[in-house]
Amino acid sequence: MLDLRQVSKTYRVGAFGGRRLHAVRGVDFSVRPGEVVSLIGESGSGKSTIGKMVLRLISASSGTIAFEGADIAGLRGHARTKEYYSRVQGVFQDPFSCFNPIFPADRVFELVRAEYAGAVSQAHWRARVEDALTTVGLDPAQVLGKFPHQLSGGQLQRLLIARALLLDIRMLVADEIISMLDASTRIDVLNLLGDLKARGLGILFITHDLSLGNYISDTAVILRRGRVVERGATSAAFSAPAHPYTRRLLASVPQLHTSWQQADARLAQEGEGECPGCAAGGRPGEHGPVDLADDHAVGCYTAA
Amino acid sequence: MRRVSLDVTDLAVYYRTLRGDVRALDGVSFSLADGEIMGLAGESGSGKSTLAKSLIRMDGRMRRIRGRVELDGTELPVDDQRAMVPFRFHEVSLIPQYAMSALNPTRRIGRMIRELIRSRGIDYTAVHPELLRRLELVGLDAQVLDRFPIELSGGMKQRVVMVLSTLLDPSLLIADEVTSALDVTTQRSVAEALAGFRDRGFITSMIFVTHDLALVHQIADTIMVMYAGRPAEKASSRTVIEAPRHPYTRMLLSSLPEVGVTFSGKRLEGIPGQPPGLLDPPEGCRFRDRCPLAFAKCAEEPPFTEVAPGHWAACWKVEG
Repeated sequence: MLDLRQVSKTYRVGAFGGRRLHAVRGVDFSVRPGEVVSLIGESGSGKSTIGKMVLRLISASSGTIAFEGADIAGLRGHARTKEYYSRVQGVFQDPFSCFNPIFPADRVFELVRAEYAGAVSQAHWRARVEDALTTVGLDPAQVLGKFPHQLSGGQLQRLLIARALLLDIRMLVADEIISMLDASTRIDVLNLLGDLKARGLGILFITHDLSLGNYISDTAVILRRGRVVERGATSAAFSAPAHPYTRRLLASVPQLHTSWQQADARLAQEGEGECPGCAAGGRPGEHGPVDLADDHAVGCYTAA
Repeated sequence: MRRVSLDVTDLAVYYRTLRGDVRALDGVSFSLADGEIMGLAGESGSGKSTLAKSLIRMDGRMRRIRGRVELDGTELPVDDQRAMVPFRFHEVSLIPQYAMSALNPTRRIGRMIRELIRSRGIDYTAVHPELLRRLELVGLDAQVLDRFPIELSGGMKQRVVMVLSTLLDPSLLIADEVTSALDVTTQRSVAEALAGFRDRGFITSMIFVTHDLALVHQIADTIMVMYAGRPAEKASSRTVIEAPRHPYTRMLLSSLPEVGVTFSGKRLEGIPGQPPGLLDPPEGCRFRDRCPLAFAKCAEEPPFTEVAPGHWAACWKVEG
């Protein structure tokens, strides 16, 4: 459904744009309907930049991003863009700053109606709003007409997801949507994404938290400095991480029942290992994604 | 029995607002042994940051209602700004959440530290060698002193602030969400460096405030879990993680995803409902509206009692 081919983004930085910053370099992956793909990486890995490019908030410097076969860079004119946004929507990290504090929070629904569904009758629209709210697990009577400060972060974040669902979307870009939420409500929002996936929605889940990425996603894409280090089915990438970087990253994740010392001991026992991609014929230390198995690839850029 | 370094008795701190007092901290008692690292965990609004702030600097809206804080046998005048001055930095020190904004952007790090040390009437040349030694210990070389804060990464700035805060070997260090804004690998090195400070005797004891139980149990000796302004449970880290007694701690732990747990494999459940507002909190146990075990007695406030040696919990259902 969504296909990224050799997508790169270069920023000009410094005085007069003299220096170039390669935020994303040659990234390939795709998202199918009903699939959650998580982009996992540390800060500066380019994960949010990819999300913004998919949402057309910024344009790609090179490469193509195709949605249902059509290159999104080629969408010209208001009507075409609007059509794209009625299929692809985003939800972002901070729910508190997404609302205008002087209006009731459900005004976001009215804005969607004004922009996309002007012809729908009031009663019909109201039914759609209530339906979307029920889907995200909110009681319409409890949230409609409330101001943002009267609602919790979890409720606000779910309102934003409900807003995206009002349109008949196929693809949701979720950029760190639960990092601002409390632990006890976090999991409910994650479960909600899981339920939406079951209804055929494709989700691009951007996170820095490996355990969250592991919980929800079908495919994991591990990024480092704008490049894909490892890509594969979540079960493979997490239970048998191939690239030394992924292994080290996993060993640093704080876990409830494993101490860092135990994780280190395991790493030492298994050995950090060499990149299997280099052994499988890639140019040592500077190869792009090399397939190890079906749906599991590693890239290596240690030499660069 | 180890010496008690910090002793907090029935501390209550309210925030003054136009609509009345917000009871952010309502009767907290605990003690901290020499050399103990206590993780202070809780969700937003649980009072963990209020507790941390109360021990070093109350802001203008905060008011102590009752309670007593003792550090190494001396009472801390926590609500007297002027009387607290001699304690800050020397006895009690803080690492703020955003180390990035704790550093003056217009000064080179070295000059900023020099000015700060001198402002406290301490001879800078006397502490300079120790400063360099400690910077090296956390993996920073002396050149960092000639840099501006903007030239350092988030983790480096956090480490500079860590070294600076503990330079005078304070008795108590409060680390308020210090790792929350960092990447996993940096998070780990910062957390381990802090534990190392305790091992080397730079600090006597530490309160590590965080919302991340998985992280805090890696370095803390004990964990205190707070809920809606009151302590719910305190025990050794291992006990809190492996055998929690309070229903809130249990439900919180079972809602945390771990590497290896997946949505399709095992669906985790959150805690239904949300914490009570603290402007006018309900009588009795504050968790009872969300608690599956709640019964009639929960309308009375459960005491925070020792249910097993070194294990405190505030719940009527937890048998002693």
